[in-house]
Amino acid sequence: MRFAPSDEQRELEAVVRQVLTDRCPPGTVRAGAGSAQVAALAESLAGLGVAGLLVAESDGGLGLDENHLVSVFEQIGYAAAPLPLTATLAVAPAVLSSGAPDLLVKLVEGGLTVGADPAVTGHVAFGSGVDLVLRGGFGGTGPIEILDVSDAAASTSPSVDVALDLTGYADARLVATVDDPQVVRLAWERGVLATSAELIGLSRRMLELTVEHVRAREQFGAPIGSFQAVKHHLATALLHLEFAAPVVAAAGFELAAGVPGRLRSLATAKALTSEAAHVVGRAALQCHGAIGYTTEYDLHLFLKRSWALESSWGSAAWHRAVLLEDLGVGLTGVRPAS
Amino acid sequence: MDLTWAAQDEQFRAEARDWLAANVPRQPLPSGDTAAGFAAHLEWERALHADRWSVVSWPEEYGGRAASIWQWLIFEEEYYRAGAPQRVTQNGIFLLAPTIFEFGTKQQQDELLPRMAAAQDLWAQGWSEPGAGSDLAGISSRAVRDEQAGGWRLSGQKTWSTRGAFCTHLFGLFRTDPQAQRHRGLTYFLVPLDAPGVTVRGFDRLDGDEGFADVFFEDAFVPDSAVLGGVDQGWSVAMSTTGSERGLTLRSPGRFLKAAAALVALAGERGEAATDLLRDRVARSWMQAHAYQQFTLAQVTDIVEGRPAGARSSLNKVFWSELDIALHETALELLGPDALVDGPWTRGYQFSLSGPIYAGTNEIQRNIIAERLLGLARR
Ligand SMILES: Cc1cc2nc3c(=O)[nH]c(=O)nc-3n(C[C@H](O)[C@H](O)[C@H](O)COP(=O)(O)OP(=O)(O)OC[C@H]3O[C@@H](n4cnc5c(N)ncnc54)[C@H](O)[C@@H]3O)c2cc1C
Repeated sequence: MRFAPSDEQRELEAVVRQVLTDRCPPGTVRAGAGSAQVAALAESLAGLGVAGLLVAESDGGLGLDENHLVSVFEQIGYAAAPLPLTATLAVAPAVLSSGAPDLLVKLVEGGLTVGADPAVTGHVAFGSGVDLVLRGGFGGTGPIEILDVSDAAASTSPSVDVALDLTGYADARLVATVDDPQVVRLAWERGVLATSAELIGLSRRMLELTVEHVRAREQFGAPIGSFQAVKHHLATALLHLEFAAPVVAAAGFELAAGVPGRLRSLATAKALTSEAAHVVGRAALQCHGAIGYTTEYDLHLFLKRSWALESSWGSAAWHRAVLLEDLGVGLTGVRPAS
Repeated sequence: MDLTWAAQDEQFRAEARDWLAANVPRQPLPSGDTAAGFAAHLEWERALHADRWSVVSWPEEYGGRAASIWQWLIFEEEYYRAGAPQRVTQNGIFLLAPTIFEFGTKQQQDELLPRMAAAQDLWAQGWSEPGAGSDLAGISSRAVRDEQAGGWRLSGQKTWSTRGAFCTHLFGLFRTDPQAQRHRGLTYFLVPLDAPGVTVRGFDRLDGDEGFADVFFEDAFVPDSAVLGGVDQGWSVAMSTTGSERGLTLRSPGRFLKAAAALVALAGERGEAATDLLRDRVARSWMQAHAYQQFTLAQVTDIVEGRPAGARSSLNKVFWSELDIALHETALELLGPDALVDGPWTRGYQFSLSGPIYAGTNEIQRNIIAERLLGLARR
C-alpha cells in the first residue's frame, strides 16, 4: 500500500503544469474560443502527446492509465484551460477505438478535437472548433453516437461560464453508434473522473487566490485574514478540498486497476469534488468581497468554470442518489445509473 | 394574537393586485443592470409613478399613497407575485429617502423627494471606496470647505456603486474633519453626477452586466445645501439607514415567497430529476421563506408599536441572503445539466451570491449579532 502518486505520475504532472503555466495564464482563459492564445495552448498540449494518454502504445499512444488522468486533469483545472479536454483526452479513446478505430490514429496524432454531450442537452462544452461530438451515455448507459460535426451548422448559447463556448450542432453526420455497455460505461467513468480531478484543480486555484488576497487586503487596520470569520471560511474550504482529493486519486486507481466496486468511489469522488468546489468557491467569493464580484478580477474565471463542472457529468445530488441506489437504499425519482 | 388583515388592507391588496395584473410588462424586461435594460426599467418606473405605486408609503404630496407599513408589505408581496420588474430606483427610494425624511430640511424634502418618486433623479449609493469596504469608517474621500464659493470641494474615489453609470446623482460620505476620530469627521453629501470634476466609469459585475461604477471626484464643487443632516454628522446619519438596507425595505418577504413558489413549480416540472433528497431541500426552502415572512410580520409589529428593530435587522440580513442562495442552489440541482445554460435561475444564483457581501457582509452581521444581541465581548 502506498497512497501517493508514482514518480512517473509526478513527472507527467510537472510537464503538463509547465505548459499550462506558460500557455494558459488567465488572459488565455479570457481570450476564449477561437483566439490565437487558445490555439497556441492546444498546440502545446498536442505536442506533449496527451491526446494519447489513455491509448495503448501499440496504437501510438502513451499507454498510461487513469492514475495519470487524475494528475493531468488537476493541472487542467488549476489553469481553467478552455478546451474540450475531458472529451478529447478522457472519453474519446475508448469510444473511438470501439466505434471508429481509424479516427483513433488521428486522435493520437493530435489532429482531432472531440466534444461531448453525455446528457444529450444539445450543448457541447468548448464545442465551436470540434471535429467530432460524442453524444449520449449519461450515467454509463445507453448508446453513444459518434457525430462528425465538421460540416454541421453550429450555434452558441450563453453559459454560466462565459468561457465555456457552449455549442449546439444541427445536421451532424453520424459516423457510428457505440452501444457496447462496457465501452459506454468506461467512457462515462473516465468523464466523471476527469471532471472530478478538474474540480480539485479549480478548488486549489481559488483557495490560493483567496489566501493571497486575505493576507494583503486590510480593513479595520488589519489584514482581513486575521479575522476569525475569514480564517474559518478558508479552513472549512481546505477541509472540503483535502477530503475530496484523495477520493479522486483512489477512484483513479480503482478505474485503472478495474476494481469491481469502483462505482461507489467514483460517485463519491464527483459528489465530494462538486461540493468542495462549491464550498471553496463560495468562501473565495465571500472573502474577496466586492472585488471578487467583478469581471476585472480573475477569480470569476475559476468560479464560473467550477459552476459549469459542478452540473456536468452528474451533479453532487445525482451522484449521491447513485450511491444510495448502489447501497440498496432506493430513492424515488433517480435516473437509472447502470 | 390576531393574524387577520384589516378590511382596508385587504382592499389595498386587491387594488394593488388588479393594477399589477393590468400593467406588469408581459415580456420580462432586460436586466436593469445594463444600459439598455435600465432605460426600459425607467419606463416602468414612470408608469408606476403615474398611478402612484412607485412610493406607496410616502405622503401623497410627494407622490405616495400614505400607505401603512403593513400595506407596504402587502404591496411588495403582490409586486413579486405579479412578476413585476426589479426596482432600479431602489437605492434612492429605499435607502436615501428614509434618511431625507428623517434628517433632511423641508427644502431638501420638497425638492428631492418628488423627483425621486418620479424617477427623474436616479440615485447611486456612494459609500464604498477601494480601501473602505467593511470598514466604512476608513473612507478617505474628503470634502474641503470653500468659503468663497459657499460650499464644498470633493475629491477621492467611490467604487462598486450599483448602476452608478446610469444614475444622475450620488449620495455618499466624505471626510470633512481629518483631525477627528474615524467615525466623527464624516459628512453625508448629495452630489449630482454631472457636476464638473466628477467622472463615472462603469465596469462589469460577476454576471457580466455593466452594473458597477467607479466615481472619481477632482475638486468637484457642491453647495452647502448638498449636506444632509449636518456637517461632521455623516456617520450617525448613514447608520440610521443601514438598518433599512439590511432588513425590511430592501428585502421584503414577497421576493422569497415568490422564489419559493417558483422552486416548487420547478420541482414539479422536473419530477424526474427531483430525488427525495432534492425534494427535501425544496421543502426546506419553502419553509424558510415562510419563516422569513412570519419573522418579518412580528418585526413590523414591533416597529409599529415603537420597538425599533435595531441590531435585529442583522438577523434579517443573514437569513434572507442565505435563504436566497439555498433556493437558487436547489433550483440549479433540479436543472441538472441544463444549469450550464444561462437562464433566469443561473442569473438569479449569481445575483444571490452577492447578498452575503453587500449591505454589510454576513461576517460583519454575525459579529453584530454576537456582540449586540448575545452580548459577547468585542475584539
Ligand atoms: C452586488 C454588489 C453591489 C454593491 N453596491 C454598492 C453600492 O451601490 N454602493 C456602495 O457604496 N457599495 C456597494 N457595494 C460594495 C459593498 O458595500 C462592499 O462589498 C461591502 O461593504 C464589503 O466590502 P469589501 O467588498 O471591500 O470587502 P472587505 O471589507 O475587503 O471584506 C472581505 C472579507 O473580509 C471579511 N471581513 C472584513 N472585516 C471583517 C471583520 N472585522 N470580521 C470578520 N470578517 C471581516 C468580510 O466579511 C469579507 O468576507 C456592492 C457590492 C456588491 C457585491
